[in-house]
Amino acid sequence: MSLLHWAILSPFIMALFVPLFYKKFRSIHTGWFVLILPILLFIYFFQFIGDTMNGRNIIESVGWIPSIGINFVAYVDGLGLLFALLITGIGSLVILYSIYYLSKDKEAIHNFYVYLLMFMGAMLGVVLSDNVLVLYTFWELTSLSSFLLIGYWYQREKSRYGAQKSMLITVFGGLSMLAGFILLSIMTNTFSIREMISQVATLPEHTLFIPAMLLILLGAFTKSAQFPFHIWLPDAMEAPTPVSAYLHSATMVKAGIYLVARLSPIFAGSAEWFWIVSTVGIITLFWGSFTAVKQTDLKAILAFSTISQLGMIMSLLGLGSAALHYDHLDKNIYMAATVAAVFHLINHATFKGSLFMVVGIVDHETGTRDIRKLGGLMGIMPITFTLAVIGSFAMAGIPPFNGFLSKEMFFTGVVNAASLDIFNMQTWGALFPIIAWIASIFTFIYSMILVFKTFTGKYQPEKLDVKPHEAPIGMLIPPIILASLVIIFGPFANILSQSIIEPAMAAIQPSLLGENGSYHVHIYYWHGWNTELFMTIGVIAIGTLLFISLLKWSKVYDLFPKRLTLNNLYDGGLVALERSSFKINKFYMTGFIRDYLVMIFAFMIVLLMSALFVKDAFAFTTTNSAPIGIYEVVLTLVLLAGTITILFAKSRLTSIISLGVVGYSVSLFFVLFRAPDLALTQLIVETVSVALFLLCFYHLPELQIKPKSLKFRLPNLIISLGVGTLVTLLALSANGSKLFESISSYFVEASYKEAGGKNMVNVILVDFRGFDTLFEIAVLGIAALGIFAMIRLRLTRGKEG
Amino acid sequence: MKTNDLILQTITKIAIFIILAFSLHLFFAGHYTPGGGFIGGLMTAAALVLLLLAFDAKTVKKIFPFDFIKVAALGLLIAVLTGMGAFLFDVPFLTHTFGYFDIPILGHTGLATAVLFDIGVYLVVIGVTMTIIQTIGEDE
Repeated sequence: MSLLHWAILSPFIMALFVPLFYKKFRSIHTGWFVLILPILLFIYFFQFIGDTMNGRNIIESVGWIPSIGINFVAYVDGLGLLFALLITGIGSLVILYSIYYLSKDKEAIHNFYVYLLMFMGAMLGVVLSDNVLVLYTFWELTSLSSFLLIGYWYQREKSRYGAQKSMLITVFGGLSMLAGFILLSIMTNTFSIREMISQVATLPEHTLFIPAMLLILLGAFTKSAQFPFHIWLPDAMEAPTPVSAYLHSATMVKAGIYLVARLSPIFAGSAEWFWIVSTVGIITLFWGSFTAVKQTDLKAILAFSTISQLGMIMSLLGLGSAALHYDHLDKNIYMAATVAAVFHLINHATFKGSLFMVVGIVDHETGTRDIRKLGGLMGIMPITFTLAVIGSFAMAGIPPFNGFLSKEMFFTGVVNAASLDIFNMQTWGALFPIIAWIASIFTFIYSMILVFKTFTGKYQPEKLDVKPHEAPIGMLIPPIILASLVIIFGPFANILSQSIIEPAMAAIQPSLLGENGSYHVHIYYWHGWNTELFMTIGVIAIGTLLFISLLKWSKVYDLFPKRLTLNNLYDGGLVALERSSFKINKFYMTGFIRDYLVMIFAFMIVLLMSALFVKDAFAFTTTNSAPIGIYEVVLTLVLLAGTITILFAKSRLTSIISLGVVGYSVSLFFVLFRAPDLALTQLIVETVSVALFLLCFYHLPELQIKPKSLKFRLPNLIISLGVGTLVTLLALSANGSKLFESISSYFVEASYKEAGGKNMVNVILVDFRGFDTLFEIAVLGIAALGIFAMIRLRLTRGKEG
Repeated sequence: MKTNDLILQTITKIAIFIILAFSLHLFFAGHYTPGGGFIGGLMTAAALVLLLLAFDAKTVKKIFPFDFIKVAALGLLIAVLTGMGAFLFDVPFLTHTFGYFDIPILGHTGLATAVLFDIGVYLVVIGVTMTIIQTIGEDE
């Protein structure tokens, strides 16, 4: 275990001690103890920047299940480090924020911090694992801890609903991702991502390549809330706001992005990857921003905004994969998309984190998040307002904030995509910039709604439960830090380019590394009068117009039928699933033994009959048959008469007597076939069992005695005939195809010589095969005890019943 | 009304010894002729059942004051122990042996350890049959 491993696992260890801190130091908010850890981790991970900048990646391995190649391999490269810094950095800020957000007296904060630390550790594990199965383990831990965090206020029904929904969707994706990983490891014979990447040349020809890709993408899309799996994210907003800020904007929802970026070196060459990733991303982008505009809840706006921004990053990753086909170009313009993805990933984490915190403050200080009740808070909460402006303007892509740059780079990416001459992009490529541009207009609109509907306009104190005032300083520090980053990454974006973005690029597109083994990324703040700038100007102009005229056209959202939403599909699907499985179960689990018997016998007939005919196993010979004598014929007729009488008897007594007839004729058969021991035993046992049957008959309850013959049921007839035919056929074939001689000659010779007995049956029973007899008498003993217990202990059972 | 079962009871008194003797014969002759522990046990039980029919449960209990569940348990124990006796001679479980001995009254006789095992079977069968019949018979 290296220090790196301890660093990844430290949140889990810390989580163990949280309840202790909570119990022992009730006067201090538990969050203060927890806060130390992510800060230390952030400093620890920060010092790796020097290594990754120079192209040195850190690998530490510790055996977990070495016999099947599952080892906890921690791997720090540019991409992993970027995420680790996001997780620990924003984690620290969120914990600081939560100290002021969650009251230590009213809330079960020990639970909160245990879940949050679990999540942090799991997330670190996801981004720093090289082994796919370890990655999967941590992946499911993030799903689990996210489930717990969403359901933190478990007394509320909506929290439970949201938690269940996110659990079902992300675990569905997680499991398909596991299947994809397993397919990958079958293809490459390794669990290590680095070793998979080294075999990438041969992979695309493999038949499992496409299934593996689809399954893994399913995992990434569900986790990152891509269309149509985005529906869990808005419902996850029932979680406490620090959780939303951390999980549902900055970290967990980016796990899917991470996965796509991490596996880009393996899959990115194929056309399917390009199309699926970029199309799903761009649809999500559009749908998220389009839907965000109609929301009235601040957190719901942010949720749909997150969905749309994630879609944007996803589509950029997809478009960036086109760069692999142009490695001959000196200036590979398609790489710009991947740079934009990485850059926007950072930017989104900063501004969305701060926006969630701002919304949390508004919620905390006014008691509502409904924009219809809010307004005119600018004068009351000036700092919060400033933070909201910075965050929203960055989100809308307005200069001088960092969102402007990443939006420009995004436009560069999609405009470049229009000029692609592969994958039929000549025909469809033009759609990308158009959709992206429209989506950006909607992004602009909801960003403006977020700021201006909340902070300007008419102040409505009568609609608020509490008297609003500015938040405590501790709650403001985290968003202030994030907002300063938003501003700093604007004009000074290049401090990121060499330290973070270039190493991350090297991890996403390793095959495109230049001769000196590194990328050169330079972000120009001013890039001249080009298409992208005009697109941004257009976004701002049209966006402003639409925002002002919002009331006039917002009815367009009502045109879309409510019944056809994806949420209804999900809810209806869940209900239909439950109902139909209930119906299916009810259909065959009737509770009647006769139905189960029909199923068992029908299954037996179908299986064995088909085996008999598929394998052509039916064989019938008369070579081994003995001649049939007159006694056998007579006895068989008696037996048949007895059997038929049982079936058609009107009264039960007749059936019992006929059964006795059958039993005694069987014992006569034993006599005829020279089995005296069997005949004796059969005779006595038949007598006893007939006596017992008579006893049962005598004790039948009076009221229900209705002597009537068996009802005729066609299925029963068919099945009984089928079973009879089957057994006959099987017996005939078994007799007709004897493979080897019987071993009975040994018993004939040995029973006197070795066991000193002349009654061979008895010698076999007690000597050669005495072990069977031992347990048969044990069975008899158990039966006696059972009857004794059933009859004698009935009284106590009656009392309980 | 009390019925008089004199004939039945008298015949039973005679027949029961014949049946018991026959059952013992079946049991001991099992190694050479048809018979053995199972049939012997059933036949002995049949004698007891006849007694039960001719007289009543109390009489049978007075004559045979055994708890028949314990009889079955004893039989199982004997069967297991005879099997385990093989361990004393360092041979596998349930290995039997036999030999011929000159016994004063019976003369030259073959004795097999398998008969010991058969005694276990015999007792279990009697115990089980009687337990079932007595339990059901006494249940009202």
